[in-house]
Amino acid sequence: MEHVIDFKNVYKEFDGVDVLSNINLYIKQNEFMTLLGPSGCGKTTMLRIIGGFEEPTGGNVLLFGENIKGVPPYKRRVNTVFQRYALFPHLNVFENIAFGLKLKKTEKSVIKKRVEDMLKLVGLKNYGDRDVSRLSGGQQQRIAIARALVNEPEVLLLDEPLGALDLKFRQGMQLELKRMQKSLGITFVYVTHDQEEALTMSDAIAVMDEGVIQQVGTPEQIYNEPRNSFVADFIGESNIIDGIMKADYLVHFAGNDFKCLDRGFNENEPVRVVVRPEDIEITRGIKDGMITGTVTSTLFMGVHYEIRLDGKNGFEWLVHSTDQFQIGEEVGFILEPNDIHVMEASSYDNVRIDDMEAV
Amino acid sequence: MARFFKQFYLAIILIFMYLPIGALILFSFNESKSMATWTGFSTHWYEQLFHDPIIAEALWVTISVALLSALIATVIGTFAVIGMDSLRKKTKGVVLNLTYVPMVNADIVMGISLLLLFIFLNIPRGYWTMLLAHITFNIPYVIFSVLPKMRQMDRSTYEAALDMGAKPSEAVRKVVFPQIMPGIVTGFILAFTMSFDDFMISFFTTQGTTQNLSIYIYSMARVGINPMINALSAIMFVVVIVLLIVVNVRSTKKPKRTLQREY
Ligand SMILES: Nc1ncnc2c1ncn2[C@@H]1O[C@H](COP(=O)(O)OP(=O)(O)OP(=O)(O)O)[C@@H](O)[C@H]1O
Ligand SMILES: [Mg+2]
Repeated sequence: MEHVIDFKNVYKEFDGVDVLSNINLYIKQNEFMTLLGPSGCGKTTMLRIIGGFEEPTGGNVLLFGENIKGVPPYKRRVNTVFQRYALFPHLNVFENIAFGLKLKKTEKSVIKKRVEDMLKLVGLKNYGDRDVSRLSGGQQQRIAIARALVNEPEVLLLDEPLGALDLKFRQGMQLELKRMQKSLGITFVYVTHDQEEALTMSDAIAVMDEGVIQQVGTPEQIYNEPRNSFVADFIGESNIIDGIMKADYLVHFAGNDFKCLDRGFNENEPVRVVVRPEDIEITRGIKDGMITGTVTSTLFMGVHYEIRLDGKNGFEWLVHSTDQFQIGEEVGFILEPNDIHVMEASSYDNVRIDDMEAV
Repeated sequence: MARFFKQFYLAIILIFMYLPIGALILFSFNESKSMATWTGFSTHWYEQLFHDPIIAEALWVTISVALLSALIATVIGTFAVIGMDSLRKKTKGVVLNLTYVPMVNADIVMGISLLLLFIFLNIPRGYWTMLLAHITFNIPYVIFSVLPKMRQMDRSTYEAALDMGAKPSEAVRKVVFPQIMPGIVTGFILAFTMSFDDFMISFFTTQGTTQNLSIYIYSMARVGINPMINALSAIMFVVVIVLLIVVNVRSTKKPKRTLQREY
């Protein structure tokens, strides 16, 4: 499939400080690509470079295969939903959404129809005459989405567009955005720091930290095979344990040898092992070969309990369970090979993963 | 006791400030020519004013210079603010301070230096040199009225306009101007006021070849106090005070349309 956006060795400095380092990333046609990372990691800067509001300090960005160095924002076939909405305070809701169409000298009746369709889409029918400053944060955000979408861009950049919405509405809008992206055939570059949102909506995720892309892949790949402990930790709280790869498909950690699905490591290579809390199933009846521990805390999370165990040799385990356990109870669990994810120990801190064959 | 003194103190200050003006306005309605004794109410000094062709000429000079200089200074000052917005922080600070100096500079220094400049450039003094001088001293007032509005504006609205296909000039016209317009209007009124009641700089930059109202009042006062001066000064005072009140109300008024932003 065609690449819509290509970052080639892009880096960006602000006043001598590296904000993006050696970014290599491509985004395919009609893909829903999410940039995921903690605050300040450079997500907005990436979008601003695509939108034309920042120029990279080095490297090139291609849009539809063409270098966009020096091309002003108004000549780029992309639209942006800004992180802080950036609605026009002197215009009402209708005029805000109609802004782009009016610039293109669209016929009045067509403008009216398309703006009204958009308002319906974002659930703000009959809000056209409202003053944008009188709207709530969530409503303003939806107007910002409508204002960008009405221009039918080929690429839509969205900077945390659902940040101000409450959970219920956010989930509705997630589905709606995803549906629009598919049906309109728009390439989305979506910024968020919410890993659940990223996992449910994206075709591909680029996990970023400190201006470096840590891993690129499908949600499943990112979730199941995190390349380093930053990704593993950011995608969901995990058990990350030092271990040694004894042989292909055999890893030693927590005082035991375990069968696993990973291979290709050197003999006795130090590794990191990730075990997801929801992959651990604890029971009261302790049998041979089980890892055991004492329950030290339990916390009800709505669907499951989040339980902490004190294991042997000073290991602490994080476990999810739908059953309730008492503090002080002795429990055990078995780790199956597909519960165990082995990562290179050397890729522990900030390794640079530039290739993207994962997608 | 302390409270009494506080209020007394304040009253004294206000009396000192407003008694002369009060007396001036009062005696502009005096029937006789006397400046000391009240002989009865009359508006004939005002009527006389409006029949004096020299005063009519001076009034025309004052108003046309005020309007033109305010208009031109508003255009120049507004574009200066928009241009300054893209400067680096440090440069911006330097430019702003440079702009600030003429505002606090003594009028007489400004007047004389402008006169020297006109002499040096061999420009004949008169209406046009006065206009040029007024534009010059009005620009800082416009800049300092527009700047706060520019600071309040969410810069990303400008970017959003570009994003939707507006050229920079269209974005400025359709998105930036409407948002800073209150500051532009305030700057215009302020500039008009400053020009309207200026004496010192007008006096020096015309060298008596052209008279506006304040120069005319000054020249009359040199010959001898005449109640017509009172009437004329009273009118100028009222115009200026009304304009300043308008400016004040405009700048303290809560902006009606600003987005409350949530992060
Ligand atoms: N114009 C600028 N000048 C200087 N530094 C900047 C500028 N813009 C961004 N930065 C810095 O670059 C880094 C990355 O900023 P960016 O806005 O891209 O982060 P982000 O990932 O979008 O964060 P958030 O989730 O909080 O929005 C931050 O450290 C920020 O302070
Ligand atoms: Mg951001």
